[in-house]
Amino acid sequence: MAFQDRFLRPATRRGALKQLGAAGVALASGPAWGQTVTTLPLPGGPGERDLTDAFPEKGRMILQRTRPPMLETPFEVFDQGVFTPNDLFFVRWHWAVIPTDINVDSYSLSVHGHVAKPLTLSLKQIMSLPRTELAAVNQCSGNSRGYFQPRVAGGEWSNGAMGNAKWMGVRLKDVLDLAGVKPGAVRVRFAGGDDPVVADAPKFMKSLDIDHARDGEVLIAYGMNGAQMPLLNGFPIRLIVPGWYSTYWVKMLNSIEVLDGADDNFWMTTAYRIPDTPGANIRPGETGIPTVPINRMVPRSFITNLHEGATVRAGEDTPVRGIAFGGSTGVRAVDLSTDGGMSWKPAELGRDEGKYGFRQWSTSLRAPAGNLAVMVRCTNTDGLQQPVAPNWNPSGFMRNVIETTQLRAVKAS
Amino acid sequence: MSKFLHALGFTGSITMAIAAAIALPIRHVGIRTSATAEAASTDSPLTLKSVNIELPTSERSFPPGPGADAINNNCLVCHSAGMVLNQPAMSETAWADEVHKMVKVYKAPVSDQDAATIIAYLTKLKGIGSPPP
Repeated sequence: MAFQDRFLRPATRRGALKQLGAAGVALASGPAWGQTVTTLPLPGGPGERDLTDAFPEKGRMILQRTRPPMLETPFEVFDQGVFTPNDLFFVRWHWAVIPTDINVDSYSLSVHGHVAKPLTLSLKQIMSLPRTELAAVNQCSGNSRGYFQPRVAGGEWSNGAMGNAKWMGVRLKDVLDLAGVKPGAVRVRFAGGDDPVVADAPKFMKSLDIDHARDGEVLIAYGMNGAQMPLLNGFPIRLIVPGWYSTYWVKMLNSIEVLDGADDNFWMTTAYRIPDTPGANIRPGETGIPTVPINRMVPRSFITNLHEGATVRAGEDTPVRGIAFGGSTGVRAVDLSTDGGMSWKPAELGRDEGKYGFRQWSTSLRAPAGNLAVMVRCTNTDGLQQPVAPNWNPSGFMRNVIETTQLRAVKAS
Repeated sequence: MSKFLHALGFTGSITMAIAAAIALPIRHVGIRTSATAEAASTDSPLTLKSVNIELPTSERSFPPGPGADAINNNCLVCHSAGMVLNQPAMSETAWADEVHKMVKVYKAPVSDQDAATIIAYLTKLKGIGSPPP
């Protein structure tokens, strides 16, 4: 089956689904039009979530929290192509004081700290710098947290706190060079327009090593899939840190501060820490493990056209497709297993839109009548592979276990 | 408490105040296929347009019961109820950790007495062993 290598806007999606349905595929059933509640299959619940159209510049999203906004992408969106539409891209803010009136003529970005020439740049000045484009997955550190067992506190996401976009912007390096980083610089710290309700609560700030900040891949983006980004996704500019978790992708970026020492701010030293173990994995209840700031993403893959419990026709070829991403590098292979991981069959990879983005894959399977568990596994170009067993840590970070979808193959009547 | 709540003006209806214009239609297909962060291109960049929106507010409060006033009065200042109600069942210790984190780390101005009441409320509503609502 050809890849759905393009976007199906809502107006055309129904027709496309009908076509696929005619091919005998049991389709991933998303929320029907007009449906206002969905149920996420989180172990132990509660899984019921409202679907909301109430957020400006956003389509129908899974409501995790109204204020500060946390909106999840309905999973069927990921079957529509490798780029996640801006209006369906997930949203996650830490603090409730979010500027909602952004004037593009007066907005400015301050570059300060350990630099030769502190700068205040207008959007016009930023946009006059050399422009680059890059596809990259933006994924919440806690994507899929709701599937941790034992369960942990936090945003109880299903798998939709991620998205892939083509980001357009300028290199952070070029902006830092304009200001002239002084010798002895160690970190670069980023902050945006959001503020805590309680004034002495810790302002949200994240930092990168100076060498990472100057690697030429970290971007200041003003474009998302060819348009300006929704305010809730960081308008007018946000940081893009390819291959790293979303916590570093500071939204509504207005401050870049070069530090000549370590960053001792709460969001680096206390929050967003992972156990310093392979896969950020520890035993539940285990203590005394050293921690480090969360950093590079790890590979993941998902079936997108067949939902859990779907029925397929026994003895007939069933198209299976989905998305994968390599995490901090590209996808080398996507393999499927229908025998509990004893043997694996490679899927065909779709067009490479860039190593940091989603990669579509497709294959087909044929099964005798009965229950069928389909496992999908991504191996990235560093050779890192999704694990068979889920990781666990108290913050619910970095889940990337091999996903298993239970299907039922039935004889055609 | 004067430093508290620079967000009081931050409520509003579910409407967009001014149309938040997206300058261009979404062009997913046929944007350059080279995915490199190298050389800049020469075609015209986006034109950004100012945005002024209103975010929706939540009408939801915590279910009635002993302590509901304490949790409604203290917690909804900074965040809506939904994410708390979406949490799994957790032990009293885990709920106490969450409430204390809000007070000590995120500086929520909650009295010790209210904090104890809130912990008891949450443990009753969503303690280990209590059924999901």
